Amino acid sequence: MPTLHHSPIGDRVYRILTTACAASIPTLLLVLSVAIGIAAWPAVRTFGWEFVTTSEWDAVRGVFGVAPAIFGTLLSSALALVIAAPLAMAAAIVTAELAPIWLRHVLDLLLDLLAAIPSVLYGLWGLFVMVPWLRESVMPFLAEDLRLGDTPLFSGPAYGPSMLAAGLLLAIMVLPYIAAVMREVLAAVPDAQREAALALGATRWEVIRYAVLPYARSGIIGGVILGLGRALGETMAVTMVIGNRHEFSTSLFAHGYTLASLIANEFAEATADLHLSALMAAGAALLAVTLVVNAIARWLVWRVRHQGAS
Amino acid sequence: MTKERNIGRRRATGGVMIALAVAGTAAAVVPLVAIGWHLVRKGLDALSPSFFTALPVPVGEAGGGMANAVVGTLLLVGIAAAIGIPIGIGAGLYAAEHRGHPLAVAVRFVSEVLSGLPSILVGVFVWDFVVRPSQHFSALAGGIALAVIMLPLVARATEEFVLLVPVQLFETALALGYSRWRAAVSVVLRTAMPGIVTAVLVALARVAGETAPLLFTAFGNQYWSVSLGEPISALPLQIYTYAISPYDEWQSLAWAGALVLLGLALVFSIAARLATRNRYGRRGR
Repeated sequence: MPTLHHSPIGDRVYRILTTACAASIPTLLLVLSVAIGIAAWPAVRTFGWEFVTTSEWDAVRGVFGVAPAIFGTLLSSALALVIAAPLAMAAAIVTAELAPIWLRHVLDLLLDLLAAIPSVLYGLWGLFVMVPWLRESVMPFLAEDLRLGDTPLFSGPAYGPSMLAAGLLLAIMVLPYIAAVMREVLAAVPDAQREAALALGATRWEVIRYAVLPYARSGIIGGVILGLGRALGETMAVTMVIGNRHEFSTSLFAHGYTLASLIANEFAEATADLHLSALMAAGAALLAVTLVVNAIARWLVWRVRHQGAS
Repeated sequence: MTKERNIGRRRATGGVMIALAVAGTAAAVVPLVAIGWHLVRKGLDALSPSFFTALPVPVGEAGGGMANAVVGTLLLVGIAAAIGIPIGIGAGLYAAEHRGHPLAVAVRFVSEVLSGLPSILVGVFVWDFVVRPSQHFSALAGGIALAVIMLPLVARATEEFVLLVPVQLFETALALGYSRWRAAVSVVLRTAMPGIVTAVLVALARVAGETAPLLFTAFGNQYWSVSLGEPISALPLQIYTYAISPYDEWQSLAWAGALVLLGLALVFSIAARLATRNRYGRRGR
């Protein structure tokens, strides 16, 4: 047996250690934000607002504007959510409300395992399986068979690596993640809600539609926004399939760029101070957007959990 | 609740909507199954024993493997665990013990926000703080970057599982004469341990597959290295380099590496799931 008498010194050491560990987390976020902000400052001072509104990126001449990368980041993520959100919703409803218990376990396991696949593997698959399929089947189908080739959205040659490829791959990647959050939120809806609706004579679907979904609404939106945060910052998979071209295009068939892939591609090779600072500024823009998006999402999800608890 | 009186029509609407949900679920699962299938099939085709024993070879030479990358990944994950786990557990203990305290609230909220931070920004940050002052890429910098990603995950999980421990247990230990810190560490933390172990395994699986934070910290290395001060290779980095190369041999090695990395991530995740299930019955996640 250890000696069990009171040990004020031990208590004090324990308290100091755990407080230091706890303080390290907010400090980390603060230091990270400030460090990136400071490193970005020279570029911000040199270019001002033009950094985010102009589209020329020329390391040799020292002119930097990230508008196309911002546009690409937003467009690829929006595309991903348009595809993934309804499917994730369906998957969450099926796993949380409809499926028999054994199937729930299988789907849960599948979604969990998929969320554990590293993003570089999605990129590998996207590059060698999805992109050739898009180039040879989907893009010709959209452009020729559906005669959409003349619309601005689907014009231009079908290279394969494109905004469409990035959006689709992102959709596949964020889907298990969004579905997992939604599933959790639906599970937090009290059974009394369902039972009350059933007692009023609602059908199975009406229980979901009128009793469960409205109750979970803010959490569901939170899940989608969390997926958005993921998609905005996703780097490797997008870099591998988007084509990495710093230009505006309205066509989903065209190459594009995102803030994260811009940093991934150029950071290790940037030697000029201003170039480095411009990349840091791109990082600062990404940081600001993802922090806001995540904070909003967490707050929404948190609200449903607390309703459920009370 | 609804103006429709016709039960037949209401049932039909329900049937259609449920069918749509099932179809949507199927559509969601198909690409995911396809990814698993391709990874396993192409990976098995390319995988050979030399993958684990040989170093990368120049283009055109036959054979070659990723022995250095396998060891590099293990080393990087080890550094991350050594830094991230103790600090994360300490922070989680604090947050659970001081519920409502502003610092505890900050730990919880910031941990959640940090876990949604794009991992490439962590790479940029560690480059600025470790690589730039020391003037070279290193395994240590890579490990620190992975630790930054791991820290909030461990802290959140520790807090969550410590809160599940009944407060009476803590009080009993105090009543028996334990000092507060002994009661917290030997009784409360120990009771919460299986859950924390699970969460740590999940976090390890996650950081083992991270590529973006290693691009400008560990950087990658074609040669053998286990030195903390030198650039080091890692499986995800090597897969990325080989995948975007134009050479067939390299691309096929990338598939082999992908299968090994997938195996590594899945072993961790499945071990984590089993650990939780045994301890908490149906609780699942």
